[in-house]
Amino acid sequence: MTATTGEPASVAARASDVWKVYGSGEAQVMALRGVSAEFERGRFTAIMGPSGSGKSTLMHCLAGLDTVTRGTVQVGETTVTGLGDAGLTKLRRDKVGFIFQQFNLLPTLTAKENILLPLSIAGRKPDPAWYDVVIETVGLRDRLDHRPAQLSGGQQQRVACARALVARPEVIFADEPTGNLDSRSGAEVLNFLRNSVREHGQTIVMVTHDPTAAAYADRVVFLADGQIVSELIEPTADTVLDTMKKLDTPAEVAR
Amino acid sequence: MFRATLKSLLARKVRLVLSGLAVVLGVMFVSGAFVLTDTLGRSFDSLFADAYAEVDVNVAAKPKLAVNEFEGEQLQTPFPASVVDTVRAVPGVAEATGTVVADGARLIGSNGKVVASFGPPQLGGNWVGEGDLVQLREGREPRADDEIVINKGLADAGRVAVGDRVGVLTLAPRKDFTIVGIFGYSGDRDSLGGVNEVMFTTPTAQQLMLGEPGAFNNIVVTAASGVSDESLRDAVAAAVGDDYVVKTGEQLSADAAAGLKEGLTFFNRILLGFAAVALLVGTFLILNTFSIIVAQRTRELALLRAVGASARQIIGSVVLEAIAIGLIASLFGLAAGIGIGALLAYLFSNLAGGMALAGIAVPASAVIGAFGVGLVITVLAALLPALRAARIPPIAAMQDVATPDRPLTKITIAGAVVTSVGAVLLFLGLGGHAGGNTLATILGGVLFAFIGVALLTPLISKPVVAALGAVFSGWVPGKLGRLNSGRNPRRTAITAAALMVGIALVTGITVILDSAKSSISGLVQDNVRAELVIAGAQSGPRPPSFDPAVLDQTKAIPGVRLVDGQYGDIALLGDQRTWVGAVTEPAAMRQVYGATPVAGDIDRLAAGQMMISSDAAESRGLSVGSTVPVQFARGEPQTYTVTGVYESSPILGPVIMPADAARNFSITQPIQAFIQLEPGARVADVLPRVEALLANSPEVSVADRDAFIEEQTGQLDSLLTMIQILLALAIVIAVLGIINTLALSVLERTRELGLLRAIGLRRSQTMGMITVEAVVISVFGALLGVAVGTGLGAAVVEALREEGINKLVLPWGQMGIFLGLAALIGVIAAVLPAIRAARINVLGAIAHD
Ligand SMILES: Nc1ncnc2c1ncn2[C@@H]1O[C@H](COP(=O)(O)OP(=O)(O)O)[C@@H](O)[C@H]1O
Ligand SMILES: [Mg+2]
Repeated sequence: MTATTGEPASVAARASDVWKVYGSGEAQVMALRGVSAEFERGRFTAIMGPSGSGKSTLMHCLAGLDTVTRGTVQVGETTVTGLGDAGLTKLRRDKVGFIFQQFNLLPTLTAKENILLPLSIAGRKPDPAWYDVVIETVGLRDRLDHRPAQLSGGQQQRVACARALVARPEVIFADEPTGNLDSRSGAEVLNFLRNSVREHGQTIVMVTHDPTAAAYADRVVFLADGQIVSELIEPTADTVLDTMKKLDTPAEVAR
Repeated sequence: MFRATLKSLLARKVRLVLSGLAVVLGVMFVSGAFVLTDTLGRSFDSLFADAYAEVDVNVAAKPKLAVNEFEGEQLQTPFPASVVDTVRAVPGVAEATGTVVADGARLIGSNGKVVASFGPPQLGGNWVGEGDLVQLREGREPRADDEIVINKGLADAGRVAVGDRVGVLTLAPRKDFTIVGIFGYSGDRDSLGGVNEVMFTTPTAQQLMLGEPGAFNNIVVTAASGVSDESLRDAVAAAVGDDYVVKTGEQLSADAAAGLKEGLTFFNRILLGFAAVALLVGTFLILNTFSIIVAQRTRELALLRAVGASARQIIGSVVLEAIAIGLIASLFGLAAGIGIGALLAYLFSNLAGGMALAGIAVPASAVIGAFGVGLVITVLAALLPALRAARIPPIAAMQDVATPDRPLTKITIAGAVVTSVGAVLLFLGLGGHAGGNTLATILGGVLFAFIGVALLTPLISKPVVAALGAVFSGWVPGKLGRLNSGRNPRRTAITAAALMVGIALVTGITVILDSAKSSISGLVQDNVRAELVIAGAQSGPRPPSFDPAVLDQTKAIPGVRLVDGQYGDIALLGDQRTWVGAVTEPAAMRQVYGATPVAGDIDRLAAGQMMISSDAAESRGLSVGSTVPVQFARGEPQTYTVTGVYESSPILGPVIMPADAARNFSITQPIQAFIQLEPGARVADVLPRVEALLANSPEVSVADRDAFIEEQTGQLDSLLTMIQILLALAIVIAVLGIINTLALSVLERTRELGLLRAIGLRRSQTMGMITVEAVVISVFGALLGVAVGTGLGAAVVEALREEGINKLVLPWGQMGIFLGLAALIGVIAAVLPAIRAARINVLGAIAHD
C-alpha cells in the first residue's frame, strides 16, 4: 500500500488567511489571526504551540467542525467554508477522520463495531484486506469483541485510531491523542500513527503540546497567539523543545 | 443547603417541568372532581330551593316502596281528594292545593320521536295556575281534557309550538293533545335543571299520571300570615295521621337535593378513581426523574459528602427538591382543576337544559386533596432516589465511572414478592373470599400487581428490548437506538411501566367487556328461540315501554306462533327487594327461553302465582307451595304462591309473575316482547307488520334477533369508549415520561452524540436513532400492558363465570391497535428530544467537558 490516490493535488488540507474571533466587545478573543498553511498528502504534520495559542481552534476550522470568521479552508478538492450541515456531514463521512483526546468510543458497541461505525453509518462495506491490515497494525485482534469499558485507555485510543483509518479518509485530525495516556501507551499510539503515514500513505494532522509527541511527525508547525510563527521539517524532540523555548514569551505564560 | 437545592432546581428546570406536569395532571383531576361536584351540588340546592319556594308545607302519602337515586324516580302514592279538604280545614292553613306530579309524561316531538331525557324526570301533572315560579310565556291554561301546556325547554327540544297537536305517552298508551300554552320559570329559565313538564287539566292528570280518577299525590299548603312553616307542618301532620309525610318547603328541597347529591358523590368517586390511576403513573415518572437526577449528580453529591455533608443532609436536599416541585405542581394542578371543574360544570348545566350554575367556588376538599396528593406523591416517589443518593461514597467524586451497573437481584426478588401479594389479593377478592371488602381487595390486588410487575420489568427488559430491537438491526441508527434503550434497564423499565399501567387497564377492561358482550350474545343466540324482539334503547333511568294492545295484535299476524310481553320492576318480597318480571305468556319459559323445570309447573301462571329460579328458591328457603307477601310500587300488599321452580339461568330473572301483576308496577306497560314465528314463516314478512303496529309506541322498535343483540351489547361499547377516554389521561402522562427519559438521555449523551455526528451521522439519522429508542421503550410498555391487562381481564372473567360471562374473548385486534398506537406514541414522544439531539453543536459537544 502506497500513497497513490487519484487526486491531482498534493495538498490534503489548506487554510488561507483564516481568522477566528470569539465573542464581541470586551470579551472578544482573536483565536486565529490570518493563518495560512498547507498540509501535504501522505505526511504527518504536528501543530504545536503553548496552551491557548489556537491549535485546537485551527484544527476545528480545518475539519469543518467550526466556522471561520474570515478566510477559506479546503479539504482535498472540497471548499469547507460555506458548507451547510448536509455538506459538512458528507465531508466528515468521506474525507475526514477524527481522533479526540477522550470520550472517543460508544460504550454500547464492541471494539469492532466502533471501528466499523463510520462505514456502517455511511452504508459502506469495509475493504476486507484493508480492514485486516488496520486490525493487524493496531494489534487488537483478540480484543475486538470487548466493550470500551473492558479496554485500557491506550487500547481505547488505538481503537479510535483504527476507526479513523478504516475509512481511509483524505485526512485524519487528531487533537492531543496522547494527552490522557501514560508515556508507554502514548508511544504505541504515536508509532501506530506514524506507521500508517509511512506505510499506507495516510495524511494526519495532529495537535499537541508535547515535544516528544511532535517528534514523531514529519513536520511541525508552531502557533503562537493565533499566528504561525515557525516551522520544522524532520523534527526531533530537542529541536522542537528549542523552538518552543524561543516562542515562550512572558506574555504567553501570563495568560 | 437550602440555597444549593434551590439553585440546582432552577438549573434543571426542563426535566422538572416535565415530571411536575405529571403531578399537575393528576392533581388537576382530583381538584377538578371536587370543584365540579361542589358546584353542581350547590346548583342543585338553589334549584330546588327555587322549585319549592312557594311551598310552605307539602303533604304526600308514604311511598309503598322507597327507591334510591339509581333506581329511578320515587313513585308517590295517590290519595283521595278528601284529604285536601282535611288539610284545608287545619287552622293556620291559608290555602291547600291538591296536585298531581309524576314521572313518565313523554311528549312525542315533531320528528315522531319521544323527547328523550338523559336523567332528569319527565314530569306530568295538573295545571294549578301561574305563580312566582311558573309563568305562561304564550297561550293560555288548559281547559279541555285534550289540552296541555308544556315548559319552553320541552317545546324547543320537541320543536313544537302553541296550536300543535302532539302525542303524549303516560301510564296510558299514546293520546293526542293540543298545546294551548307554553310556560317558563322565574329568572327567564326554560327548564328547571333539565326537567320537562307536561301539564294537563286536573281530571286528565289524575287519570293518566296516577291511574286513579279524583286522586292527588301531593298537597301544597301555604300558611296564613303569622303562622310559621314548622308549626303548620306539625298541625297538618297531626290532622292527616301517620300514613302521610308532611314536610316544610325547605325540608323538601333539602331532601330532593340530597338525593341528587348522593348520585354526585358516586360520580365524584369514579373521577377520583381515574385520578388515582393518573397519579400512579405520575409516581413512576417522578421516581424516574429523581433517580436520573441523582445519578447525574453523583459526582456533585459525592463532593458534598467529601467536604463534610452528612447523609441526612443529602437526603434532605433531594426531599426538599421534591417538596418544592410537589408544592408548585399542586398549585398549578389546583388552578387547572378549578378551570376544568368549572368548564365541566358549565357543559353539564347546558346538557341539563340550562340549569343556573351556582358560582364556582373552591371547596376545602379540593385544596386539601390537591396539596395532599401532590406533595405526598412527589415526596414518596423521591424518597428511594434520595436514599440512594445518601449512599454515594465520597470517593465517587474522585472516580471516573461512579455507578457501575447494580445487580438486579434485589429488585427482582422484591418484584416477585409484591406481584405474589397482588395475585393473592386478586384471588381473594375475585373469588369472593374477602369478606365485605371485595372491591378494596381487588383494587389493592391490581395496585400490587402493577408495582410488582414494574419491579420485575428491569429483568424482563433486556431480552424483550433485544428482541424488539432486532426489527431495526439492519439499520445502523436503529441498532444504536436499540442499544441505547437497553443501556439502563431500570430507567427503560420504569418508563415502560408507566405506559403499562394505562394500557393494562384499557386492555383488561376491553377483555372483560368483550367477553361479556360475546357471552351475552352467545346466551341469547343459544337460548332465545325468538325471531323478533320488540325493545327500545334506554337513555335515562326510565326504560322505554309500549302499548300492551300491540301484543295481542301481533299474535293475530299470520305466521306468529307465540308472543311474550315482559314487564319488570323492583318489589318487596317478604322483606327483600327483588327484581320481579311479569310475562303475558308463561308457556314461553320453555318454548322460547329454554327454561328447565326443577319443581312444580313452569308452563302456566294464574293470578297470585309465581315461579322462581332455583337460586332464589335456595337462598330464600322457598319451594313449591310456599306463600310470600309482596308489596309492589302501587297498591296494597298481596300474597303470592310459588307454583314452579326453574333452573337459574343468566337470561331469566329470579322471580316471574303473571302479567296482571304489572298493574301495580311503577311502569305498567310492557318493556320488551319476544316473538316466535311458525316454522316456515319469514321474518321479512312479519317484521313490517309489527313495525306498523308500533306506530304509536315510538319508544320501541321491532328488530330481528341479531339486531337486538347488537343493540343490547352496543351499550357496553359506549361504556368502553368512556372508560378509554378517561384512561387516556394516564397514557398521556406516560408519554410525558417517555419524553422526559429521552430528553434526559440526550442531555447525558451530548458528547456521544457529538462524536457520532463528527464521524458522519446525519441529522436525520440522529433523529432516527432517538426515535427507535423511544419506540422500543413504548412498544415494550404496551406489550407489558397488553400482557398484564389480559391477565387481569381473564381473572375477572373467570370470577364472573357464575354470572353468565362464560366466554373469554381476547381482543386481538384491539391489542394490535394498542401496540401500533404505542409505536406512534414513541414516535411522537421522540420528536422534541430528537430535534434537540439533531441540533447538538458538534464542536460544542466534543469540546465540552
Ligand atoms: N468557544 C470559545 N469561546 C471563546 N473563546 C474561545 C473559545 N474557544 C477557544 N477560545 C479562546 O481562543 C483561544 C485559543 O484557544 P484554543 O484553540 O483552544 O487553544 P489551544 O488548543 O492552543 O490551547 C484561547 O484564548 C481560548 O480562550
Ligand atoms: Mg486545545
